Amino acid sequence: MPLLECGRIVSDPWQTLADDAALPSGPCIVSLYRLQQDEAVRTAPHLRLGVALPVDQPAEVLAPYLDRLSLVAVNFPTFRDGRAFTQACSLRERLAFRHEIRATGNILPDQYAFLLRCGITTVETQDGADPAAWQKAAHRFGFGYQPSVLEEPLVSGLRRVIALDR
Amino acid sequence: MQAEVTLPVGTYGYQPIDLAFLNNRVAQFREQVARRLSGDLSEDEFKPLRLMNGLYLQLHAYMLRVAVPYGVLSAAQLRRLARIARIYDRGYGHFTTRQNIQFNWIKLEEAPDILAELAEVGMHAIQTSGNCIRNITSDEFAGAAADELLDPRVHAEILRQWSTLHPEFSFLPRKFKFAISGSPHDRVAARFHDIGLIAKPGADGAVGFEVFAGGGLGRTPAIGIRLREWLPEHELLAYMEAILRVYNAYGRRDNLYKARLKILVQALGREAFAEKVEAEFAAIPKEHYRLGPEIVDAIRARFGKPHLDAPVDAQAWLSDRRRRDPAFDLWVQTNSHPHHAAGYISVVLSLKPRAGIPGDASAMQMDAIADLAERFSSGEIRVSHLQNLVLGHVRQDELYTLWQALGPLGLATPNRALITDIVCCPGLDYCTLANARSIPIAQRISERFANVELQQQIGPLRINISGCINACGHHHNADIGILGVDKKGEEFFQLTLGGCGEEDAAIGQILGTALPESEAVNVISRVIDTYLARRVPNERFGDTCRRLGVRFFKEAVYAAA
Repeated sequence: MPLLECGRIVSDPWQTLADDAALPSGPCIVSLYRLQQDEAVRTAPHLRLGVALPVDQPAEVLAPYLDRLSLVAVNFPTFRDGRAFTQACSLRERLAFRHEIRATGNILPDQYAFLLRCGITTVETQDGADPAAWQKAAHRFGFGYQPSVLEEPLVSGLRRVIALDR
Repeated sequence: MQAEVTLPVGTYGYQPIDLAFLNNRVAQFREQVARRLSGDLSEDEFKPLRLMNGLYLQLHAYMLRVAVPYGVLSAAQLRRLARIARIYDRGYGHFTTRQNIQFNWIKLEEAPDILAELAEVGMHAIQTSGNCIRNITSDEFAGAAADELLDPRVHAEILRQWSTLHPEFSFLPRKFKFAISGSPHDRVAARFHDIGLIAKPGADGAVGFEVFAGGGLGRTPAIGIRLREWLPEHELLAYMEAILRVYNAYGRRDNLYKARLKILVQALGREAFAEKVEAEFAAIPKEHYRLGPEIVDAIRARFGKPHLDAPVDAQAWLSDRRRRDPAFDLWVQTNSHPHHAAGYISVVLSLKPRAGIPGDASAMQMDAIADLAERFSSGEIRVSHLQNLVLGHVRQDELYTLWQALGPLGLATPNRALITDIVCCPGLDYCTLANARSIPIAQRISERFANVELQQQIGPLRINISGCINACGHHHNADIGILGVDKKGEEFFQLTLGGCGEEDAAIGQILGTALPESEAVNVISRVIDTYLARRVPNERFGDTCRRLGVRFFKEAVYAAA
């Protein structure tokens, strides 16, 4: 599926690994179960590792593994289910996770600015997605009326600059 | 829009940057509507987008709910609402228990034009529905009441801005309602909101807030638990973030009817819920979310101040008029509220005329009220959560002239807080959820108790009517609650007694089996007869109920049937 980063379609070096599949040499995203249960995954040298965080788990379950992770994928079962927004915020703010946070599942372009301001950096979009629509959505409002988990320059009062590229 | 020189009184004066934001929002919605009309967006995808712009699909048409933040309107804004009623609707609007206004006959294609018209006067319909933070309600006597510690509208505006298009909290499990009171006397039903805030003085004179969470009405009425006795102002946003994070992460999403915060609080238990909130709060970087006095002051500075300079004999003048005109005296006694400034008074313009539709105002009335507000009350109008309008800053020596102008407009009914000051949802006349028509029964009760002397004899008594279990009419927290139910396709009404929305918050108890409309009205008459016969001097209805018990009333009124 096309991967969106900073409003552009980019190539996706990551593959999602089934729980019973052998470890590849390239970057792979494993389930939380495998991350917790399979020590070989955690100790594999030079393997870039990501995890798919189930939507019903708090981000804190990843605390023991964060040093080992280069990516966390959060999921939207439907675009109406906003739990992943809080998971991403917790990863950035409470757990100080600095690498890629990827949104997967059912997401509307209209939500793009929300995703970015919660610290999500990449979005798995549907085939045929128009990056222009996503870019436009992200640029719609030049500022937000609240602090977010990002370091956003203050405009005035409660207003913070929203920027697509950072 | 209000120029930089004249700020609107009692509400936030938009700056050009805020107006640009609203115009962007209108453009965004215009595109979303176009995508829907072209089939680019499915109804399922469009629904949450239109709901976050206040647009519902009702029984006969779209309904647009326009936000009236903390219930305050400028005269220019009220005139714009009148214009919208006239051009895009059928000449009237309906003020709601959330201090908003609803237009019931809207065409989807015209909704973006209406929002553009609203944006011109600094108004919008953002987050008036959908699973997000809704309009922040406040006290209709804010900024005028004699018993107030601070004007809560400044903090309501801060919460409005903070919650507007909040990136993390725009797709919550369910809707989320705030109320804020600047007076220790709770006039906002703080314990019946997801979050209720009541201003309190701290030890060093600083103002903070008592914080309640997890209250609500609806199918599962619950009284909010107290999370903090005193939260300092600078931690307000950080603490709200903590509560919302816990709710967004753990609130149920599998069942629409179990998704509100109150259910989470009940499921976890109050201690466990409070612990989760405090743990989240402890982890939040306080500086990042700090609400510094400079931010509060900057927002407060965008609020215009009322012009208060009554002549010294204003009060004497009012007293003299009251002595000479008993009808005026009765209206002042019933419909006014003390003002903190000498020579001023606040008055309630009843939207509950005899046999009228509670909360409805015509375009003609709205225009006339806007004129009167400019002439008599610094151009400021408030919407009360009891579906009336309030002029907050009236000179006592001008009150008689105002009253004389209100009479011909049908706005001088002396019934505030009396039995005909009925709160009522739109019911089955408009709403897809309703089981029963709540407006006709409200009209019948209004007619039955229309006699002014009888209403005065009964004294303060609240009747709230909901057309279904979702409780938009707040039937649970009224002295007499009326709930519309469906009995094999027939409209029936179930009565509850002894509810209360104020400090001693209580949920009404069911009186007996549900009844058809006319019988329900007869039973209410007998409840009132019983109350009048059995009360001790000066005893309020709720106190009589508690003393005698709901069972006593049941036996008295059903036995007579």
